Amino acid sequence: MNSVIGSNIVRFVILLLLQVVICNNINFFGYINPYIYIIFIFLYPVKEDRLILLLVSFMLGMFVDMFSDSGGVHAAAAVCLAYARPILLKSSFGMLYEHQSIKFTNTEVGSLISYVTFGTVLHHLILFSLEIFNITDILLILKKTLFSSIFTIILSVLIIILFSRNRK
Amino acid sequence: MQQIFNFVIRNKTFLLFLLLFSIALALTIQSHSYHRSKFINSANGITGGVYGTVNSVDQYFDLKDENQILAEENRLLREKILNLENKSDSSFIDTSYAKEKYKVFTAEVYKNSYSLSDNYLTINKGEKDGLVEDFGVITSNGIIGIIDNTSNGYATVLSILNRKSRINAKLKSTNHIGSLKWNGKSPEFTQLIDVSKFAPVKVGDTIVTGGQSSIFPQGIGIGTIDSFETDISGDTYNINVKLFNDMTNIGTVYILQNLDAEEIKTLQNSIDE
Repeated sequence: MNSVIGSNIVRFVILLLLQVVICNNINFFGYINPYIYIIFIFLYPVKEDRLILLLVSFMLGMFVDMFSDSGGVHAAAAVCLAYARPILLKSSFGMLYEHQSIKFTNTEVGSLISYVTFGTVLHHLILFSLEIFNITDILLILKKTLFSSIFTIILSVLIIILFSRNRK
Repeated sequence: MQQIFNFVIRNKTFLLFLLLFSIALALTIQSHSYHRSKFINSANGITGGVYGTVNSVDQYFDLKDENQILAEENRLLREKILNLENKSDSSFIDTSYAKEKYKVFTAEVYKNSYSLSDNYLTINKGEKDGLVEDFGVITSNGIIGIIDNTSNGYATVLSILNRKSRINAKLKSTNHIGSLKWNGKSPEFTQLIDVSKFAPVKVGDTIVTGGQSSIFPQGIGIGTIDSFETDISGDTYNINVKLFNDMTNIGTVYILQNLDAEEIKTLQNSIDE
């Protein structure tokens, strides 16, 4: 139990620092940044309390907002992702989720990719809609969502796979 | 009563989600509608500490560029001094009546963003160095923005690459003024709007600050005219301005305090009343 809390705290801090120090400054093609801190929400243990996940996601988003001076957009997007997580889990992992027996370290890569993809697109769509906050710029919102999502999905899947292999 | 409790307990996840989401949404709307983002900003000890640590490593990588910028600026200043000395030989200027109008601070940029639609910079000077909101921020090339929030040791700067930013600007050759804002697209260009259609606008002309606000002195460089078109109404020009500053690469900035700002403000307020 303690090691679960400990490893999640470490993951929280490391992902937050990686996000604000490195990923916020990549600016690929001028505006494409990956938002890898959502890996924390993806990998949060399934059995733990959902209320705590919501609170922790809110805090994580708030910290990212504080570092990037963006009001509350990351907090809102992270809370939405955390709330929608059971639906994403159910649609991607099916029976495994029903039995509460998902271990992200040894799931099929296919279901993992679909889980990360749906989650990332949802998170980024909310994030950029709130950031740009102007319905006339809907094309810009979709463009940013698409390109940043591709970047985030590739990085997230790579990070999850790499670090789960180590733990075995 | 029992039913209310049951309802709350049954829907506790949803209610918590709703609460947190509304807080986040309120903060977002607040940051979009008001000039100052009061609650969550990077002018504080935690973010300043982290960015400071990163910056202390990061600054070694562009020492060479920084040196070149400094050398170029020194050359310009030396040129000005030499010219001044030549002038003052012929006529005697009594400087005892001249009053300082601006005080200049230097600061290092700890965080710079330019890819969002509302960008802010974080700098390593704050209230303890005498900075308060509404001081102008420039580099040797041109303007950067206006101080927005301050904490004890840090301050955030509302960049000109921010859709909330409005800066008074004019054509260098004439005195036609306009207001400088950003459309949120490219970090190389900003837009000068509301320029009278009688103004002689030419591609390549220089745009400088207008001196109508008490924030920037008149004549600080902004950029050159890249393209222009008449507004839908046909009465004004909308000008696309290519910035002198490379907003993606800013190391050291100068902060300007207008020592007459208080006086100007009280005067303007008395007119409003």
